[in-house]
Amino acid sequence: MLLPLAFTWSEFFQQVVFGLSIGSVYGSLALAIVLIYRTTRVVNFAQGEMAMFTTFICWSLITNHGLSFWPAFFVTLGAAFVLGVAVERIVIRPFEHASHLALILVTIALFVIFNGLAAWIWTPEQRAFVGPFSAKPFIIGGVAISRQDVGVLAVTLLTVAVLWAFFRFTKLGLAMRAAAIGPGASRLMGVRVEWMYALGWGFATVLGAVSGMMVAPSIFLSPGMMQLVLIYAFAAAVLGGIESPVGAVVGGLLLGLGTTLIGAYVPFVSSDLDVPIAFTILVLVLLFRPAGLFGRVVVRRV
Amino acid sequence: MAPLLELSDVEARYGPIVALHGVSLTVEPGEVVALLGANGAGKTTTLRSVSGTVQKRGKVLYAGKDVTRASADRLAKLGVAHVPEGRGILTELTLWENLRMGAYVRRDRSVRADLERVAGHFPWMLERRNQEAGTLSGGEQQMLALARALVARPKLLMLDEPSLGLAPLVVQELFRVVTELNEQEGLTVLVVEQNANIALDVSNRAYVLEVGRVAVEGSSHELRQHEGVRRSYLGY
Repeated sequence: MLLPLAFTWSEFFQQVVFGLSIGSVYGSLALAIVLIYRTTRVVNFAQGEMAMFTTFICWSLITNHGLSFWPAFFVTLGAAFVLGVAVERIVIRPFEHASHLALILVTIALFVIFNGLAAWIWTPEQRAFVGPFSAKPFIIGGVAISRQDVGVLAVTLLTVAVLWAFFRFTKLGLAMRAAAIGPGASRLMGVRVEWMYALGWGFATVLGAVSGMMVAPSIFLSPGMMQLVLIYAFAAAVLGGIESPVGAVVGGLLLGLGTTLIGAYVPFVSSDLDVPIAFTILVLVLLFRPAGLFGRVVVRRV
Repeated sequence: MAPLLELSDVEARYGPIVALHGVSLTVEPGEVVALLGANGAGKTTTLRSVSGTVQKRGKVLYAGKDVTRASADRLAKLGVAHVPEGRGILTELTLWENLRMGAYVRRDRSVRADLERVAGHFPWMLERRNQEAGTLSGGEQQMLALARALVARPKLLMLDEPSLGLAPLVVQELFRVVTELNEQEGLTVLVVEQNANIALDVSNRAYVLEVGRVAVEGSSHELRQHEGVRRSYLGY
């Protein structure tokens, strides 16, 4: 069988950068899902729609209020944090003792609500979202590398790194982890566990906002923009292990890279097939590693 | 001197099940007080009614304040350190992260030095600070739970069955540290123990609970001589 195009290393390198860039978007949304799952045991189906909603806020700040991209970006992160905290306190908290199924329904309701709200406020039409990175590529050793791809990769990975350092090194970050692992014991140590949960939702929504604002320039802004991204993010979270933050990010990168390279180099795979193929791989991984690539069997002694 | 802790007629329940039928007790500053009793007598619930982790009626005074309605995190901030049944180790965090969590309520700058000092009571901790706490042995976890409570610099330390499931040497080690801190630093301790022998050894006074009520109380020395206590709890 013939390859559709002659293979060149420069083309390959461009595909890799593109794959990692889109993968980092999947990864940051996947990390948001994992963060919420670990803190409140909720699988948040509305994660993508909340990301879309905050991306519209950013767009509106730029288009209607005259902000330039980066100020709008940071204001949006603040708004996303407040939105996440509010959703947890107002919508999720009353279902604290409800079943998993009830909570899944609640997050599906949130999905529909944010989708409808966005269409109502900003109309359902597709809009161009101008990103912060210029279209002019870098030229490194004769290879053209998209500034947009490198920029997206840098911003999402930087966000993840900042969040990691926060959880690892700060007292509040440690308390949030403690509250997720042992709420009862944490309370006895003076932690206001309910607030830690709300903060978890806040940080997750910030991550989602980053993924939305980073992906919007390449897929247009519309109320449905994050739905396919959410599917990939779920796949990344499960691939990496739903309990593992590192797994979510690596899972996202692998998925982005894998689908991109398969789409580019496996001749019979058109872009219609890359989602089904990604999911076939995913199902196979789960068959052989049910806890995901980074999930682990917890060792405990009594 | 005013008591550090005073429970008056405390009733506590889990849903429809009444666990305490009006318990009254006091703990003076600097005392070690033991709570004895059989399974289900209400020892754990008594501690929980102090730390704000069970529904209750009656009155709990702590350091002169009415804390009957106070939440668990509030009581921790007021200086009550409760090492719960099962130890409450945060298994996926490292040993040192568990210790850092113990100091969560503190706002002063000497926390770091204090972690080293408290861990110094258990020298093995200093070498294994990055070990995941869930992989420690039962005895090590109990020592960590104690150390974690101590770094909060509590005014009142409450221990729930610290000897449960541990080797006698480990139990000795634990109580050696508790006694040392009580004697040297005046730490006030309320300890629940099934092992009445140890409990009476380390405590100044003790209460015996039976089906949610105080059945006998007195100095630990007196209780050792008490006919009923000897027969039911000391086994001679």
